[in-house]
Amino acid sequence: MRAFLAILLLLTAGVARAETVVLASTTSLDNSGLLARILPLFTARTGIAVQVLAQGTGQALATAARGDADLVLVHDPEAEAAFMAAGHGVKRVEIAWNDFILVGPKSDPARLGGLADAVVALHKVAENKAPFISRGDKSGTDALEKRLWREAGINPAGASWYKDIGGGMGAALNVAAATDGVTLTDRGTWLSFANRRDLVEQVHGDPRLLNRYRVIELAPGRQPAGRMAAAHKLAEWLAGAEAQAAIGAFTIGGMALFNPGVKDIP
Amino acid sequence: MGEFLPIVLRSLAVSLSATACATVLGLPLAAILALGRWPGRPLVLVMVHSLLGLPPVVVGLVLYLLLSRGGAFGGLGWLYTPEAMVLAQTVLATPIIAALAHRAIEARWHDYGRALQASGASRLRALPHLMRMAKGGIATALLAGFGRTVSEVGAVLIVGGNIAGVTRTMTTTITLETGKGNFDLALALGLVLVGISITASAVVLIIGGERQ
Repeated sequence: MRAFLAILLLLTAGVARAETVVLASTTSLDNSGLLARILPLFTARTGIAVQVLAQGTGQALATAARGDADLVLVHDPEAEAAFMAAGHGVKRVEIAWNDFILVGPKSDPARLGGLADAVVALHKVAENKAPFISRGDKSGTDALEKRLWREAGINPAGASWYKDIGGGMGAALNVAAATDGVTLTDRGTWLSFANRRDLVEQVHGDPRLLNRYRVIELAPGRQPAGRMAAAHKLAEWLAGAEAQAAIGAFTIGGMALFNPGVKDIP
Repeated sequence: MGEFLPIVLRSLAVSLSATACATVLGLPLAAILALGRWPGRPLVLVMVHSLLGLPPVVVGLVLYLLLSRGGAFGGLGWLYTPEAMVLAQTVLATPIIAALAHRAIEARWHDYGRALQASGASRLRALPHLMRMAKGGIATALLAGFGRTVSEVGAVLIVGGNIAGVTRTMTTTITLETGKGNFDLALALGLVLVGISITASAVVLIIGGERQ
């Protein structure tokens, strides 16, 4: 028993002593393996350890608003704007982008093949009553999906073919794969997802499907000044040359998952 | 895959620590409940038993709110640390250990209490003898507590945050890897988890068998 307590202390002690930043990040950047690839470069350069909380954008922003994270990395323009307006964030910078895609089974029950317009695609899904898997978890992807339905003038809630699973991107893809459903996914999670079965990419290229990742520095006061300073260093580094190059160089099976690109968002 | 062994060890460290804490809290409570007759005892008994089925996600949520920086215990800085996970699992395991050990000790008290008292032993003096006689039952109680902690995911996911290298355990990794569609790693960890559970049961059976 004492031996295990000793192990526990060893496992936690190193982490507790080093300077750390808690980064609440949208799941796609973490689950795709990107953060695990690039963050060690930051730690090597600065000695600051980064602890990643992989949460949907809604949850990540709520965690930060409660003061339980030092920096956020998210991808929902509307929720971000509300977060900034509420005074929780002080600086927002875009650090990477890619796109969302609609994926569905090869048999294509919704007849999406060849479409480039996401709103037209959702009309087809509804017309053909093709199973549609919704995250339903207030993540950035979920928020975009809800916006697209609104633009299509369709309220799918309660329809027999519309399944709100209340889960992460991986969970939604697992359900879509198992039930021949259509779902909206970010490209990073899709390319790193290992259980596609019959799912294929069906709709892409709509400007509405752009997926922009932003790092938000938090308003001072909640966290000790030292942690805020470390979080600031991480935010600057993510927008800097080393991180941008590492983001662009990150590939799975020869495919780039994220495009670097820095833009200040007022 | 290089994370595999550290994850298993971290899981065991957290769960064994929680079981140890729950034992320190639960066993004395069990003894007091088994031997004493005091006002309020029935109420405490009902409470302990009703807490047996405490939903882990609710424990996780309540502890999350308490440990969050804005919460009553936010100043501890425990949220998203192994300490928070040990705390959550201790809350879950203590009622199990208290209730099961209470039953075991009380049964021995029922069988041998009169004889022990007749031979001049006070309740306090009789306790070590009773505990020794109830060894099998107490071991089962500790195992049940450990089983609850090592297999639990709802509470540790919320208060631990599943941070790689810090609060990622077997159960939270299985949840994560299933989400990524990596069923191989999820299943491998699942097998280790089942293996640990079987080993623990076997150890308790052997302890019990030795007694008889």
